[in-house]
Amino acid sequence: MHEITEAALARAQEAGASYADIRVIRRQHEGIQVKNGKVESLAGEEEYGFGVRVIADGAWGFASSFQADREEAERVAEIAVRIARASARWKQEDVALAPEPAATGVFESPLEKDPFEVPLEEKISLLLDADRILRQRPEVKVAEAEMNFFRDHILFASSEGACIEQIKIESGAGVSATAVEGEEVQRRSYPCSFGGDYATAGYEFVENWDLPANAEWVAKEAVELLHAPQCPPDTLDLILEGSILALQVHESCGHPIELDRVFGTEASYAGTSFLTTDKLGSFQYGSEQVNIVADATIPHGLGSFFYDDEGVVAQRVQIVSEGLFTGYLSSRETAARLGLERSGGAMRADGWNRLPIIRMTNINLEPGDWTLDDIIGETKRGMLMQDIVSWSIDDKRLNFQFGCEVAREITDGSLGKIYKNPTYTGITYEFWGGCDAIASEDEWRLWGIPNCGKGEPGQAAHVGHGVSAARFRNVRVGLMEEQA
Amino acid sequence: MIGKEAALRILMDALSHAGGTAQVALSSGESGLTRYANSVIHQNVSERNVGLSVRAVVGKKIGYARTNSLEKEAVKATVEKAFRFASFQQENPDFVSLPGPRPVPEAEDFSEETASVTPERRADLAGKVLALARKSSVGAAGALSTGYGEYAVANSLGIAAYHRSASAHMSLVGIAEDGGFGYADRMASDIARIDADGLAEEGVRRALDSRNPADIAPGEYDVVLLPYAAADLLEFLGYLGFSALAVQEERSFLCGKFGRKVCGDNITIWDDGLDSRGRITPFDPEGVPKQRVDLITRGVAQACVYDSYTAYKEGKESTGHGSGGAGTWGPYPGNMLLEPGSATVEEMIASTGEGLLVTRFHYTNVIHPIQTIITGMTRDGTFRIENGKIAGPVRNLRFTESALGALSRVETIGRDMKLQGSACVPALKIKGFRFTGATEF
Repeated sequence: MHEITEAALARAQEAGASYADIRVIRRQHEGIQVKNGKVESLAGEEEYGFGVRVIADGAWGFASSFQADREEAERVAEIAVRIARASARWKQEDVALAPEPAATGVFESPLEKDPFEVPLEEKISLLLDADRILRQRPEVKVAEAEMNFFRDHILFASSEGACIEQIKIESGAGVSATAVEGEEVQRRSYPCSFGGDYATAGYEFVENWDLPANAEWVAKEAVELLHAPQCPPDTLDLILEGSILALQVHESCGHPIELDRVFGTEASYAGTSFLTTDKLGSFQYGSEQVNIVADATIPHGLGSFFYDDEGVVAQRVQIVSEGLFTGYLSSRETAARLGLERSGGAMRADGWNRLPIIRMTNINLEPGDWTLDDIIGETKRGMLMQDIVSWSIDDKRLNFQFGCEVAREITDGSLGKIYKNPTYTGITYEFWGGCDAIASEDEWRLWGIPNCGKGEPGQAAHVGHGVSAARFRNVRVGLMEEQA
Repeated sequence: MIGKEAALRILMDALSHAGGTAQVALSSGESGLTRYANSVIHQNVSERNVGLSVRAVVGKKIGYARTNSLEKEAVKATVEKAFRFASFQQENPDFVSLPGPRPVPEAEDFSEETASVTPERRADLAGKVLALARKSSVGAAGALSTGYGEYAVANSLGIAAYHRSASAHMSLVGIAEDGGFGYADRMASDIARIDADGLAEEGVRRALDSRNPADIAPGEYDVVLLPYAAADLLEFLGYLGFSALAVQEERSFLCGKFGRKVCGDNITIWDDGLDSRGRITPFDPEGVPKQRVDLITRGVAQACVYDSYTAYKEGKESTGHGSGGAGTWGPYPGNMLLEPGSATVEEMIASTGEGLLVTRFHYTNVIHPIQTIITGMTRDGTFRIENGKIAGPVRNLRFTESALGALSRVETIGRDMKLQGSACVPALKIKGFRFTGATEF
């Protein structure tokens, strides 16, 4: 690997690059998916390659190749410089980078059980056990159980002298039951929807979720939802459990604080942000209960790392403090443009063949001092919603609408009947402004989302969100019923 | 470029390591993408990659492995890994066989010029759009992507197919002062057919026209959807229910509806990988030739699409709509077309008393799959229509609407088709489209 990095960096500088970096990455993935009693997929994938990023004539260039040898490294470095020079013909000013000490070292994420060493039979058996329990109810037409494991070995080196080797293992799993009757289809999931929960951890993380022990209630609730009443249109107090609140944080806080969106460089695709730089330090994003951090240092977070993909050390950045908007996710380039002393360390790439862009780390809503039971107990007329079905938000991250798997009615502090197809909608800062109760650290947990899409060409990022349940006042619910 | 002969030789070598029945597929390509925003080029990348995937079959047990190395040892190790995975598998009683060979039509969607585009040429073309936008004091954001891809697949039953394609895509969001946004894009296999002037003119004009958007209350509006927006309706139908797997799992809107009316008499939708208006795709990732499949004809549900697994399960032949990979996604109609009508967009606007013109949708997602209810935002150019004329821009709205419901209320269909994502669609004029929320810009 080091022979490739040395060759590429030397060639890039000889060709005229004022800055160059290279990432050489070997990525392994193992995925097992069980559906309706059958192992639908048992897959092992491996990718190896490198990407060279340069600044030449004041502009960026990036080139990558799967063929990781010295000769190809030199060829690709030359292409990267040529691309930068082509870009420079349409620049308005030179790229400037916030300073960063050149780090060196080898770093490995902690784990107890290497998932790639756990026998396949054991992993398959766990999923089949869960699947069998999911299918005990005939209305469940699709029972699914899956687990995925990733291993990234990343070597980063730069013309500034950085040389950082990181090895990171991620694990995750989940189950879901889809019940169908007539024209109604309902799904319940555990520990959360869309493939389950993920962490920077080993197989112990999968074992801790105990999928077979939870499959029975998942199937039971999916079937119950078939006959539940439709979530009625209303405006009321809404309590979101962690599984859906994690997505709310992701979409309405995580994306609008990405400084590349704020500066307009994602305008044509993902969009921009309502959190423009004039709002930094003065805009009331939420109520005084709301404190949000971007924390890449938290152990086992799916958005945790030692150094980002431009060699900046992992950090904890305050994003919202007592409701006030105070910080962004940044890169060396955007930090310099905003006048920050250094990057917040949020540049990551989806593999060797993708350019690092600003991505979420772990965007966490800090705990309050309530218990969920107390929040429910002190809600006169409301709903509790759980687990994601759908999400949609405008391109400045203001108007959002989310669908959940289930809603539970709350009347005079007690949970009542369940509703199917619940949806809720709002405007981001109004919604967070209505947050008046957040559950405590005892009920706080870190969720991992392995499929956050952004960029052109498309990139999927692995990010984390720490949350506990929270209540939001006067939220509009039941959009599907309004539609019918 | 690897070329047909060498690609098939690599696959035959791979098959020679197979300890049983197997399918091997090779993908290879080079691509470049030049991104611009704030009227400068800010990202500019190139990539060269290959992929070799193996589906190993041991009785009714299947394993899958993939690598991006074509070194002989790596290929052999990947084949062995797929068979090792298969040996750990459970038997799948519904699996019958890999598909057998059928004649694949000769069809190419390749341009040497597109395949060999240089970074300098991409920058020139991008620069042309940036300069035209600057002339009108409009900011420009977008991307120009170019590249080629080769795909070859072979299996132990005699399939050996190869296809190469090239594509160029250019997009623009014009950004004018006072909240004006305007989208336009162009796609072609031959970069010489990318009309950068026309693209710039369309995006810039739309951005200027949409300055100072007015408030608008959510509600039901007659809408004219440009093809950029109309494609979302079709793509979500493809995703939600035109797949045999969705039908077999009883989660498709087509369940119990074959032969019955599901939308308006004026709606006919089919999938055809050989229609030159779409992306030419002669065979699927299993090497099965793509068949034309009539999905909805005059509003009546006709059929869904199959891969070999879902087809053999019903004793049928695959329609050539496998989606590849480890095989869990099931079949997908990746070349859908909606039959055009005869109206121009201008005629659709002229025939609308009160309504909205929608350029495109953003972040569309599913609320209820069987009722085909989806939600999303309008974006980059939404205009009020009054008395048959564009009366001015409005702020963006959220829709929550049934895709099939909307296709039951189509009043007029455009004459000009546009390839947008996986669907080739005309503009649509729809009565009573439901908007359920508004935003601030």
